[in-house]
Amino acid sequence: MATAAETFRICPTTGLKIHLSAQTLIKANAVAAVVFLLFGGLLGLSVALTRWPAVHILPANWFYLALTAHGFNVLLCWIIFFEVAILYFASAVLLNSRLAAPRAAWVAFALMVIGAVMTNVVVLQGDSSVMFTSYPPLRAQPGFYLGLILFAVGALTAVGCFFGTLVIAKEEKTYEGSVPLVTFGAITAAIIAVFTLASGAIILIPTFLWSVGLVSNIDPLMYKLVWWAMGHSSQQINVSAHVAVWYAIAAMTLGAKPISEKVSRTAFLLYILFLQLASAHHLLVEPGLSSEWKVFNTSYAMYLAVLGSMIHGMTVPGAVETAQRERGYTKGLFEWLRKAPWGNPAFAGFFLSLVLFGFLGGISGVVMGTEQINLLMHNTLYAPGHFHATVVAGTTLAFMAITYLVVPLIFQKEIMFPRMAQWQPYIFAIGIAGISVFMMGAGTLGVPRRHWDITFSDALLHYDYPPAAYLMLALNGLSAIAAALGGAMYIINVVASVSFGKSVKGAVRQAQPATPLPAAVVGQYGSVAHVRIPGTVVLVTVFLVSFVLYYFVNWKYLSEVWPMR
Amino acid sequence: MAISPPRERLWWKQPIHRVELIWILVAFLWGIVMFGMMVYWHAFGKHNLSNETYKVAPNEYYAKTEAMVSKYTVREEKGIPVVHPPPGSDVYLMARVWAWYPSLEFEQGQTYRLHLSSIDLQHGFSLQPMNINIQVHPGYEHVLTVTADQAREYSIICNEFCGFGHHTMVGKLYVVAK
Ligand code: HEM
Ligand SMILES: [Cu+2]
Ligand SMILES: [Cu+2]
Repeated sequence: MATAAETFRICPTTGLKIHLSAQTLIKANAVAAVVFLLFGGLLGLSVALTRWPAVHILPANWFYLALTAHGFNVLLCWIIFFEVAILYFASAVLLNSRLAAPRAAWVAFALMVIGAVMTNVVVLQGDSSVMFTSYPPLRAQPGFYLGLILFAVGALTAVGCFFGTLVIAKEEKTYEGSVPLVTFGAITAAIIAVFTLASGAIILIPTFLWSVGLVSNIDPLMYKLVWWAMGHSSQQINVSAHVAVWYAIAAMTLGAKPISEKVSRTAFLLYILFLQLASAHHLLVEPGLSSEWKVFNTSYAMYLAVLGSMIHGMTVPGAVETAQRERGYTKGLFEWLRKAPWGNPAFAGFFLSLVLFGFLGGISGVVMGTEQINLLMHNTLYAPGHFHATVVAGTTLAFMAITYLVVPLIFQKEIMFPRMAQWQPYIFAIGIAGISVFMMGAGTLGVPRRHWDITFSDALLHYDYPPAAYLMLALNGLSAIAAALGGAMYIINVVASVSFGKSVKGAVRQAQPATPLPAAVVGQYGSVAHVRIPGTVVLVTVFLVSFVLYYFVNWKYLSEVWPMR
Repeated sequence: MAISPPRERLWWKQPIHRVELIWILVAFLWGIVMFGMMVYWHAFGKHNLSNETYKVAPNEYYAKTEAMVSKYTVREEKGIPVVHPPPGSDVYLMARVWAWYPSLEFEQGQTYRLHLSSIDLQHGFSLQPMNINIQVHPGYEHVLTVTADQAREYSIICNEFCGFGHHTMVGKLYVVAK
């Protein structure tokens, strides 16, 4: 066992045994993720400033190029590289195990980097501005699709290494009982990833062949159906991953424990079971599909996957409240929340992510995904408004938050600018909440997405959008500046800490709860008698009321348009 | 903690707390209500997207549109014909890079069978300021039965990216009082 001793280190903070190969791979994937976030974030800023009519910085062809590159770099590259890092963390690190096939994991990493660079190079050449969705018959250069395919194969290989690690950990008995909840969430994400990446291969390979002339025709409707089986399911990967991250941060900063393992795990299971053809909600105003099919699939079989998220929406703050109350913050409804560690960027980022994801992203998503209501929103700016609340305020902010814990634990470096780290989640959250709300607002006024000029200055015919639409786009531009600032604060701090930060010696203070839980309490809790979460009950009630009101307001709007059948 | 194996080995045998149970039930029922709303609206609502769709070759659709244009054109605007088809008739709107062809004129309160299709790429039919948005595909002819209930000028924006001139793609639909 001499080699085993060499390739592990013991984490002084958590006592976990950390496989050095896994550690290096986590670092590599996280660093790649941040690089793509930097590039993609700058593109996002340029896009938002172009959409602000008074600023309008990019010319049309650059705008469409930048938008294509923005979608690709942030939604695929940043998110998926980071998710690979999370998968390795949730398997090898949390289970005290060695990583299966580190070689294969490096091949996966190389394929993803090559694919990402290839697609970027092709997009930057200017004749593949087809948006990251690349709907045919719009056609990109073959390298665009080839890059995506390589990236997907790489990601699939990484998922394979994750599953391999689970098997090894089980066989080598590196943990006792069931896997931790966070790992369970990661397993959920990985299972969905397999389905997702397979759909991606099914549609991108023929599209690639079409782009080189070997296939004569790709049916545009068929393409969308299968493409979104990848495109949407991958959002469910993000949700699973960031919910797992929420539980992880709550545990690492407060020692919080799910109120009920059974409930939280079942909620994850609902994602897998009822994901089915989630691509439906991207096809609600498409010709050629029946209403029955749309209604059943857009509701994920009667909203059972939404149910999963609503459950986490209670159990996550519930876990925080329980931990805080055990710690003695029991006054009134909300002392536990007021006295939460708001100065800890990991906690602040996590809680903001939870609230914004639920209130902005969750509600708008379900409303927009209602078959008939989609008529009011499809392809307007409402759509990007919605998904910046989910994938940026939700996923990205959660990933940023856990980085503040990962840097000391895995990179073994202190955060170089702790003050900057404290402010970062707030500034980023304000910016992103702004772009979400204002893009949704503009969309409600009919402003299209992916559109260079709503003043129609070089069009033959014109339409005058109401002044409120211009106001929304200006506020969106201002919020984008705040978001970009928050993003920059994150990237600068992480890059500086990782490259020049002081090495961590011994245990990490920051990762520990301010007041440790009394050991006796830890032993008991989880048992029903101990749960008291009145504050959380108020929060979820407010949530539900907002949800119901906003939902029916939109039916009211719908009833005011032209009758049609 | 959530990052370590559950303390209770038999976690699936632990009872669920009442608050959690109630929330699960409420959330589940809300899902059923939302599902029911979509079904209810199909039965009783007046705003449902039509399922009537045909496969059509782009040149066929082009020919149908031209036939209608030659029959019902009442004037031209900036070189684009404006057609005034009889109420109740089949009206063909054709999307192509980067125009909606032709411009349409409807009578207030009348119902029309509006056909949508593209002869090249995908486009997005976005009727402003009403804000109705429908995807338009090449090869598919989508037929909506619409009632124009307000007299005013409407614009049709393209809201699916269709190449570098996408933002210049604007069409017109006039609803005139009888
Ligand atoms: C500084 C931060 C960001 C800003 C200011 C920003 C802004 C924008 C804007 C203005 C649009 C264009 C809407 C349109 O014209 O259709 C957009 C599109 C988009 N953004 Fe962001 N964004 C940011 C970060 C992100 C992140 C982190 C993600 C993903 C994790 C993301 C994902 C997307 C996607 C997928 C699109 C759609 C692209 C398309 O329509 O093809 N954004 N963003
Ligand atoms: Cu168009
Ligand atoms: Cu267009």
